[in-house]
Amino acid sequence: MSKRTTGLAIEAEGLTRSFGETRALAGMDLQVPAGTVYGLLGPNGAGKTTAVRVLATLLRPDGGRARVFGHDVVAEADKVRSRVSLTGQYASIDEDLTGIENLVLLGRLLGLRKAAARERADQLLTAFGLTEAGTRQVKKYSGGMRRRIDIAASILNTPDLLFLDEPTTGLDPRSRNQVWEIVRAVVAHGTTVLLTTQYLDEADQLAGRIAVVDHGRVIAEGTPGELKSSVGSGTVHLRLRDAAQRPDAEKVLQAALGVPVQLEADPLALTARVGGEGSDLAASEQAARALADLSRAGIVVDDFSLGQPSLDEVFLALTDHPAVPADERDEQLEAAR
Amino acid sequence: MSDTATTTGRAPSVYVPSAEALATVLAPGERPPRPSALGASLTFGWRALLKIKHVPEQLFDVTAFPIIMVLMFTYLFGGALADSPRDYLQFFLPGIMVTSVVMITMYTGVGLNTDIEKGIFDRFRTLPVWRPAALVGMIFGDVLRYVLAAVVILSVGLVLGFRPDGGLVGVAAGIGLLVVFSFAFSWVWTFFGLVLRSEKSVMGVSMMVLFPLTFLSNVFVDPSTMPGWLQAFVKLNPITHLVAAVRAAMGGTSDPTNTMWLLLWSAGFVVVFGTLTMYRYNRR
Repeated sequence: MSKRTTGLAIEAEGLTRSFGETRALAGMDLQVPAGTVYGLLGPNGAGKTTAVRVLATLLRPDGGRARVFGHDVVAEADKVRSRVSLTGQYASIDEDLTGIENLVLLGRLLGLRKAAARERADQLLTAFGLTEAGTRQVKKYSGGMRRRIDIAASILNTPDLLFLDEPTTGLDPRSRNQVWEIVRAVVAHGTTVLLTTQYLDEADQLAGRIAVVDHGRVIAEGTPGELKSSVGSGTVHLRLRDAAQRPDAEKVLQAALGVPVQLEADPLALTARVGGEGSDLAASEQAARALADLSRAGIVVDDFSLGQPSLDEVFLALTDHPAVPADERDEQLEAAR
Repeated sequence: MSDTATTTGRAPSVYVPSAEALATVLAPGERPPRPSALGASLTFGWRALLKIKHVPEQLFDVTAFPIIMVLMFTYLFGGALADSPRDYLQFFLPGIMVTSVVMITMYTGVGLNTDIEKGIFDRFRTLPVWRPAALVGMIFGDVLRYVLAAVVILSVGLVLGFRPDGGLVGVAAGIGLLVVFSFAFSWVWTFFGLVLRSEKSVMGVSMMVLFPLTFLSNVFVDPSTMPGWLQAFVKLNPITHLVAAVRAAMGGTSDPTNTMWLLLWSAGFVVVFGTLTMYRYNRR
């Protein structure tokens, strides 16, 4: 096991790949330490899935090179394949077949004999809470169950590196938590996980390191803490009672926080980032002081909130453009329901 | 079938992932040796059988379609081209069997295209197995459909009065030749299934190839009645060789020249389109 958890699981240099006019990968560099969860964070169309497909030997890069556990993904694809597994964004299992049949099929393709494949399938179904669903066709599974059978199929041969492409997109919160628990168990056991996600909190919860991806390249990389502090660890939203007080409130906040304050379209609302670089105080402490200063200045605050920076805010800070266009985000929320 | 479905009698409860349970399945056992090329192909063939079991409607096109073809053409042309439908059938049945089965081969491409669309091939293509296995296994499953279609057509023919001189052995040999050719010809469709974007375009291209190929042959009428330029094409057409060889086998004789041409064509299809298919499969 020690062999599996040292060194780099993935090294990629300058990967490029275009589809017609679209440059999906525009020189992507990645270094993923073995034995960790590594998050690729970015909006739809950022190039996350293309990167995963190149690294999983499904797609050839136009340029650049990538190695998985030291094996080149193009020249030594077969060696890479024997050590990785992929759970794609879409079902990577046969929906016409039952859960058991899917797992036995893959077990046999990995070289298990009939009885051993059947035994392995039963073990996996038990561990993933799918024993009763095992004899049903996968197309009759709920979204969460489908994800689980998909991941179960991916760890059939206990891979050294597991690719999870947006494993929780479209899942309800409970199913999402289940997937998170499974990912934690998988990495605790020594498997490296490369996870793509659109959600900062998911990357935050699971990943040891995160690469923020936009337009086919990595625009920021680091631990979740490093990334957040580069953006500010929190955002304060305020709503005043009286719009006339907003100019005063802006001055007070600016003085208290030492950061630029944003005036929202709503004439009563203000937003500011707190807990950024160069501040010794925790975000909550800064916010509390700012609130006290406001009340001392006689400014009435009707609504106050302190939140983590959203993916949108991280993106705005890093790229000056929002992560997900608003209409697209609505569609995603719609799909998630 | 299942000891697993009966072990738990309680109502479905919320799944709580347990670290211990997951740890047991994650413990790395011996990595078994990778399966042989044939073993992997047969496993993929088993998948095709399971799909037939779960979605039996897909057999509609290998049963109903051939029956319609036989009935339609026997009574449409029988009176005009021979003294009676029954007489025509002695000449026509091997040909319509070839036409129907060869037309069914296009579903190999359609099926592959849908499979790829759904994402399951992403998993297959990341498995460390013999690369063509997924496709060979798929065609193994299709071969079963070809045999089924051939038997359905033979049965309808026998009911309508087809009496082959070759007997059981001759008929089996004829179906054997047909299956060999269809297996080889299926690789044309795996290639198009990989190259074309949608199921619809695969269907479109298949029809464009299959109609001239099956109709401009010796299936329906004697080629000596055709103009010279058409005869030249008909003579070249692999379907003509196949029909001649199958007719001979079912008629209790043999036709070594046409059989040889048919086998050469089959080998050519596998070599050329098998290679092209695998090139596309690896390079998507």
